[in-house]
Amino acid sequence: MATMNVNPTRMELTNLKRKLATARRGHKLLKDKRDELMRRFLELVRENKALRREVEQALSQANNHMAIARSVIQKEILDVALMLPKQELQLEVGTQNVMSVQIPVFNTRLKTNDENDIYSYGYAFTSSDLDDAVRALSDVFSQMLRLAEVEKSCQLMAAEIEKTRRRVNALEYVMIPQYQETIRYITMKLDENERSTTTRLMKVKDMMLAQAHNYDL
Amino acid sequence: MGDKDSVLGFAALGIETFSVDEPGQAAERLRKMASSDYAIIYITEALAAEISEEIAKYTDRVTPAIILIPGIVGNTGAGMANVKKTVEKAVGSDIIN
Repeated sequence: MATMNVNPTRMELTNLKRKLATARRGHKLLKDKRDELMRRFLELVRENKALRREVEQALSQANNHMAIARSVIQKEILDVALMLPKQELQLEVGTQNVMSVQIPVFNTRLKTNDENDIYSYGYAFTSSDLDDAVRALSDVFSQMLRLAEVEKSCQLMAAEIEKTRRRVNALEYVMIPQYQETIRYITMKLDENERSTTTRLMKVKDMMLAQAHNYDL
Repeated sequence: MGDKDSVLGFAALGIETFSVDEPGQAAERLRKMASSDYAIIYITEALAAEISEEIAKYTDRVTPAIILIPGIVGNTGAGMANVKKTVEKAVGSDIIN
């Protein structure tokens, strides 16, 4: 691991030690964040998969009803029947903060209070297959909303997890070893300086003694 | 959003529907919807496959949530594949089945 390009001074050493402590703390926090995010993500994604399976199945059933309806009812009549919806759906979007990830929360409000009030047509010209299709769609819709919420949350959390994991790895495998290595380098350099100072002093002392007492060295 | 036959039934539920057939038109429509106040956009898998780059742009935004649903032509499995991709992105490999 490469050391950083710094002057081997005491000040640098103190700075680096402080940085290392911060990096370690950050690493620990990010790691905790990653683990917690992962736990929540796995829960959510399981729900996502189950929901999606249900929704897809229900929708294909609804589509089957619709296909039959279309083949039985004339196209114009069908268009007219569904042209003016009785219901109006209002969607409120809130956000929830999960481990610093903003995930959406959807709330729906229907125009009329009766949620069964979905048939926008008289029953005279349409077949019951259309009723079935509309009924089926209406039944699955609350699940579809939940699916939208969960799936979007999963996507957002996946992005955040990826980002967090990169940061954790960068700290763990690049920043922290680099700091450690540099600290070691500076410590050794300083120690070496100290030793050389000591030997020099000893040498000077010897020389001064020799001069004072006229020793022969 | 999707081909006319797929979206028809949803109109009864009070959802705004857009029937689109051409990919170019669909991308344009999606852009317009995303910049206005739509929070959830359900789009048929068949149509989504044609404009996947356009959809990918909105993955990292909180709204709109673009959700793939099977259209009248049947389930292509694209929706599930997307979930799988999300897991792979987060975990590294798909560990849930």
